[in-house]
Amino acid sequence: MIVAERKPLQQIEAMIEGFEKILIVGCGTCVAVSMAGGEKEVEELAAQLRIKAKLQGKPRTVDEITVTRQCDKEYLEPLAKYLDEYDAVISTACGAGVQFLAERYEGRIVLPALNTLFIGVTEGPGVWSQRCIACADCMLDQTGGICPMTICAKNLSNGPCGGTNAGKCEVDGEKDCAWTLIYRRMEKLGRLEYLKKIQPPRDYSLTTKPGRHTHEAFRQSQQEEE
Amino acid sequence: MSDTQPGNLPVNAAEPFEPKIVAYCCTYCAYTAADLAGSMRLEYAPNVRVIQILCTGKIDAILLLRAFEDGADAVYVAGCALGDCHYMEGNLRAMQTVAHAKHLLQEVGLQPERLEFFHIPASAGPLFAQRADEMTAVARRLGPNPLRRTIQRDAGGKLIKPPDLHPPLPEAKLGKLIRHAERVSDVSM
Amino acid sequence: MVAGFKQAFAQKKFVVTAEVGPPKGTEISELLSHIDLLKDRVDGLNVTDNQSSVMRISSLAVCRLILDHGGEPILQLTCRDRNRLALQSELLSAWVLGVKNVLCLTGDYITVGDHPQAKPVFDLDSVQLLQTVGLLNEGKDLAANEMQGGTGFFAGAVVTPEADPLEPQMLKFEKKIVAGARFIQTQAIYDVDNFKRFMEQARRYDVKIMAGIVLLVTPGMARYMNKNVPGIFVPEALIEEMAAAEKGQKIEAGIRIAGRMIRQLREEKICDGVHIMAIGKEDRVPDILKAAE
Ligand code: SF4
Repeated sequence: MIVAERKPLQQIEAMIEGFEKILIVGCGTCVAVSMAGGEKEVEELAAQLRIKAKLQGKPRTVDEITVTRQCDKEYLEPLAKYLDEYDAVISTACGAGVQFLAERYEGRIVLPALNTLFIGVTEGPGVWSQRCIACADCMLDQTGGICPMTICAKNLSNGPCGGTNAGKCEVDGEKDCAWTLIYRRMEKLGRLEYLKKIQPPRDYSLTTKPGRHTHEAFRQSQQEEE
Repeated sequence: MSDTQPGNLPVNAAEPFEPKIVAYCCTYCAYTAADLAGSMRLEYAPNVRVIQILCTGKIDAILLLRAFEDGADAVYVAGCALGDCHYMEGNLRAMQTVAHAKHLLQEVGLQPERLEFFHIPASAGPLFAQRADEMTAVARRLGPNPLRRTIQRDAGGKLIKPPDLHPPLPEAKLGKLIRHAERVSDVSM
Repeated sequence: MVAGFKQAFAQKKFVVTAEVGPPKGTEISELLSHIDLLKDRVDGLNVTDNQSSVMRISSLAVCRLILDHGGEPILQLTCRDRNRLALQSELLSAWVLGVKNVLCLTGDYITVGDHPQAKPVFDLDSVQLLQTVGLLNEGKDLAANEMQGGTGFFAGAVVTPEADPLEPQMLKFEKKIVAGARFIQTQAIYDVDNFKRFMEQARRYDVKIMAGIVLLVTPGMARYMNKNVPGIFVPEALIEEMAAAEKGQKIEAGIRIAGRMIRQLREEKICDGVHIMAIGKEDRVPDILKAAE
C-alpha cells in the first residue's frame, strides 16, 4: 500500500490562506490504512482547521467527504455536485490521488494535505516500512524475497558494501543491512549458490517517467480506438 | 488583558471564571472510583462533567478535539492502572491517543496541558477527587478556553446551518458529505 | 620512481602504496609537497574520490598532478556521484591523461558527507564497475559499442576483512575477482591474527592483497574507530600501547605500531603489500616506512 503522513498544520494553513470555504476530500484506501488521510484523519484535520480559524477570528467553513479511492474516476465523479461551492479543496490522498482529483476538476484549486512516503507494509500498529521502489524489473527471486533495491541504501545488487556493522546498515544503524538479511535468508533456503551470479547493471530505462501501463487484454482495443 | 488577543481571556471579564472540565472515565475503574468518591462523600471540584465510556480504548482524538471545540477548558481521560485494563490494552491505546491529540492541540495553538490521561483504579475514590481538583486547578491557571467566545458568537448555542440534505453517495460507508454545520454541536454554554 | 604499480607486483616485491586526499579548495601547495615527498618512496599514490562524501578536487585531477611530478597514481572511483556514462567517460579521460591504475569502490553514502541533501547515484555497484573497466580494456563500452581505442587499466577493489558478518562480504569479494579485480586493498587492519585467518581464505584466489594500514594518532582515535567505523577493530593491547606513550609522543607510538605491522606482514609473507593511510599526516609516511625496515 501507499504510506503517507499528514503535513504539519502550519503548511496546510499557509496553502489555504485567503480561502473561506474549504472541502476536505479524504481517501478511503491506502492512506486510510496508514492513518494519514482516511475518514478519521479528515475529521481531525477539519476540527483543527475550524479551531485554528476560530482562534484567529477568521471566517472559515470546513466540509468533509471521504471517497473510496481518489485514484479511480468512478469515485471522483460524485464529487461534481459539491465542488462548485468551495474556494479550495484539500485532498488527503497520496500524490496520485491529489493529481487525479485536480485533473478531473481542472478549474478547482486542489491542495495536498499529505506527504507521500513510500510503497510499504504495516510492521505493527502505527508503524510502516518501505518494501518496494517500483523498479519495473523484480529480482526478488534471486535474493530470497528481500529487495536490495529498496532495503539497501545504496541499492547494491551484488553484495554488501564494506560498511555492514553487526548486521546493521552503515547508513542508519537502526536498520538492518539488506545483504545480511539476504545472505541469511538464502542460507536458510539452501540457495546460496544463486547469490554467486553477478547481477548485470539495472535497466533504468524501464522506469522512465511518467510510467504508463496498458494491460495486455486492453492493448488491442486501445489500438483500434486510436 | 485586551480583547483583541484570543489568549487567556475570560468570556466576559466581569463574570468570574468557572472552568468546565470534561472527564472521560472508563466503566471499570475511573467511573467506579467516581462512584466511590461519591459514597465516601468526598468533596471535589464541581466543575468536572464525567462521561462514562466502556473503556478508554474507545477514546478517539476527534472526541477530545470536539470537547475543546465545544468549549471545554480542560479534558481528561481516566482509565485503569497499567496492566489492569479489562480489555487488556485499552488504556495503553488511550495513552497513545491522548499523546496524539496533545500534538494536534499544540498545532492549532491550544495549550496541550489542557488535556491529560490519568490512571485511576476502581478502589481509588480519593485519587479520583484529587485528579478532579488538580485538573480544575490547571484550567484555572490557564484561563478559559479561548474557543468559548467564538462558540457563542458563531453558533449562539444553535447550529449555524441545518445538516446537509444531499442524498448520501452510492457507497454506504464512504462518500458521504459531512457539512461543517454537522460538526458544530448544539451547546448552550 | 619505480617502474609502475602493476610491474611492482610482477617483480614479486612487497608493494607499498600511500593514500593522498585531494584538498577542499584550490590551495594545493601542501598536496604537492606530499606528492614530492612520497612519490619515490612508494610504488603508487592512491587518490581518494570525494572521500567520506565530502566535496573536493577530483581524484583524476590529482592523479594528473602526480604524473606531472613523476609519481605513479592510482585513481579511486566511486559509484556514488556518477552514473555509468560519467564513470566510463572518467575512465577514458584518466587513461588518456596517463593514469593506469584504478580502484573501484561503491563509495560512502551521501548523508555522511558535507552535502547530505544531494541525490545519491549508485547506478552501478563496484562489481559492475569492475566489469565495465574490463570492457573498456577490451575496447568496448558498457552498451557493447566498439570504441576507437580502449584502455589498459590495472583494476583493483576493496574488502573489509573484519566485516560482521563476514560471509556476505566474502561473497562479494569473490565476485569482484571474477569481475576483474587484480589487486585488493583492505580496510584498516590492526589484528594480524584475524588478518591471517582472512588471508587463508583470500589465498585461494589469484589476486594480490594489500593490507590497509591506518596510522593511529591518539588512543582516542582508536577507540573512536572501534565504536564508530564499521569493519575496523583495534585490539585493546594496541590502545594501551598508545595510551602508555608520553604526551606529545602518541603519534610516535602510532608510527611504531604501523611500522611493526608492516614489517611482520612483509617478513612473514602474509600478504602482497600494504596501503598506508596516514589521514592528514602524509608527511609522516616516510617515518612509518623507516620504522618498518
Ligand atoms: S550496510 Fe548493507 S544495506 Fe547498508 S548500504 Fe551497505 S550493503 Fe547496503
